Amino acid sequence: MTHILLRHRDIPDLDKLAVYEKQGGFKALKKVVTGMRPEAVTQLVMDSGLRGRGGAGFPTGRKWMFVDKNNWPHYVVVNADESEPGTFKDREILESNPLQFLEGVAIAAFAVEAHTAYIYLRGEFWPIAAELDKRIAAMEKAGYLGKRVFGTDYTLKVHTHLGAGAYICGEETALLESLEGKRGQPRIRPPFPPVSGLYGKPTVVNNVETLTNLPPIINNGADWYKSLGTADTVGVKIFCLSGRVRKPGNYELPFGITFRELIYEHGGGIIDGVPIKAIMAAGASSALILADDQTLDTPLDYGSVHRLGAELGSASVIVLDETVRLDWLIDKTMTFFKHESCGKCTPCRDGSFWMKHLTERIRDGNGSAEDVKLLDSVARQMQGKCLCALGEFSTQAVVSSIEKFPGDFGIKRKVSAS
Amino acid sequence: MTLIEKYPQEVKQILARYPQDQKRSAVMPLLYLAQRENGFVHRRDMKDIGAMLDITETDVASLVGFYSLYHDEPAGRLRIQVCTDLSCALRGADDFLAALCESLGVEPGGTTPDGLVTVEPVMCLAACDKAPLFQVQTGAGLEYHERMTIEKTLEWIESRKEAAS
Ligand SMILES: Cc1cc2nc3c(=O)[nH]c(=O)nc-3n(C[C@H](O)[C@H](O)[C@H](O)COP(=O)(O)O)c2cc1C
Ligand code: SF4
Ligand code: FES
Repeated sequence: MTHILLRHRDIPDLDKLAVYEKQGGFKALKKVVTGMRPEAVTQLVMDSGLRGRGGAGFPTGRKWMFVDKNNWPHYVVVNADESEPGTFKDREILESNPLQFLEGVAIAAFAVEAHTAYIYLRGEFWPIAAELDKRIAAMEKAGYLGKRVFGTDYTLKVHTHLGAGAYICGEETALLESLEGKRGQPRIRPPFPPVSGLYGKPTVVNNVETLTNLPPIINNGADWYKSLGTADTVGVKIFCLSGRVRKPGNYELPFGITFRELIYEHGGGIIDGVPIKAIMAAGASSALILADDQTLDTPLDYGSVHRLGAELGSASVIVLDETVRLDWLIDKTMTFFKHESCGKCTPCRDGSFWMKHLTERIRDGNGSAEDVKLLDSVARQMQGKCLCALGEFSTQAVVSSIEKFPGDFGIKRKVSAS
Repeated sequence: MTLIEKYPQEVKQILARYPQDQKRSAVMPLLYLAQRENGFVHRRDMKDIGAMLDITETDVASLVGFYSLYHDEPAGRLRIQVCTDLSCALRGADDFLAALCESLGVEPGGTTPDGLVTVEPVMCLAACDKAPLFQVQTGAGLEYHERMTIEKTLEWIESRKEAAS
């Protein structure tokens, strides 16, 4: 198939300005800046059904409509923090199709009448940021960014900003704190960023992949985009496939392909032909899904995965086979969450500490049935009490593993998992 | 020398990215600048940055503590960071780390006696389909080494040692 987002896989050197221009690059930005009202751009994106690709799936056009028109200036902030274990899609876009991404940033900024955009990248992406800086300068020279974009009155400055190793900075309000030069800890909401974001000003935070969808949507129209995917979730998605599959990698596919197609057709099946055991659909933050036939034939869209008792999130599909012990797995996820808890609220700070303590003991074979019970109850007590979603994420693998795979914890299965 | 004396151009460019009344936003890029030469941020640079941005030295130090890519003490000149997070661990990253540490005679997190190499496990590096992999922070920057073997890694370390000597 031809790609919409990972177009560089079809077109060599698409990261070069001349090549990108020749392939229809900046046509969408030109159309928007020279011929459309900002509200019309927002409406078109709304009509396309595009939802955020950073994990929460919020409708992009609707988010832009919330931007407060009585408070200025406005900002666009790009979330390029990509730190969820199992997620590596934004990196490929930024490295290989950066101009389509930057064109998307400019379209979003025009739509919300922002004159400054910051791209917040995880610190490890600094070579990527250095390349982006060069491309931003080249685009300014060519009149696509900077003063008088396409000869109009519209001005847009785009800056990169590096994080420094903190998963929590992917949470949008922690990201804004970090960008303001503070510790990256989430804010209490409301107010939400479109009302009060960076420096207390209306701010749209969008994910890299979300923005990369914008040029093709502008060029081809809302109806075209809506014709892709399913009724539940329209469009295309980059699925990050990792874990025990033969061919891990990024696969750009329409929403609605099944787990089976993704894992066995695209991913080449399981290493050494071992039977599949479980799936985590949204990286380390996922609840485990039992990989039975019903699951494997489930279409990948937000609603269908939700009905399996999990979430699709940013579609970071981690595949687990029968060689994977789940007492080991939840100790891995807890190592991550304990390390990344920002410490601002007690349930998450203390809960992740205790959970990690218990998962380690259980993994090492020193845990009793009581320890497993205690672990489960610590996790459940945290649910609904944390200040941000990270705390909630940390409980997902723990609770679902114990519930659906009690045998891995030395407990007999009482009821069969549905 | 203060940061601004050492890197006048860069400091100016960094400050220009943020609104004039929001200088504090420049603290993270300035910390990277301070860390460039020796791989860690010196106390006097923290003070210096604080003074430049009208925040206290304690504020700056607390950021160095909060963010894991800032260091306040020196490590080996090659800081090898192996991802042992979930997706990589499912493809052998824990064994890779253990074998590498054994070959080099260090504990995870430790530095070789010649002070050249530090090996440490880190969280996901957003390259989960390319395990085993590590990134290396050198004074000059950051490199990725993907789909590695112990042999390839040791060869690479040797070549770095030769280049350094
Ligand atoms: C703990 C945590 C980590 C997150 N990490 C990321 C991330 O790395 N990248 C991202 O785009 N969104 C991440 N998000 C989601 C953001 O908060 C936000 O929803 C998103 O950036 C909005 O952009 P979108 O609407 O385009 O998806 C994270 C959320 C939480 C709670
Ligand atoms: S839930 Fe965890 S990460 Fe989120 S604010 Fe509380 S302590 Fe910080
Ligand atoms: S889990 Fe190792 S790079 Fe993502």
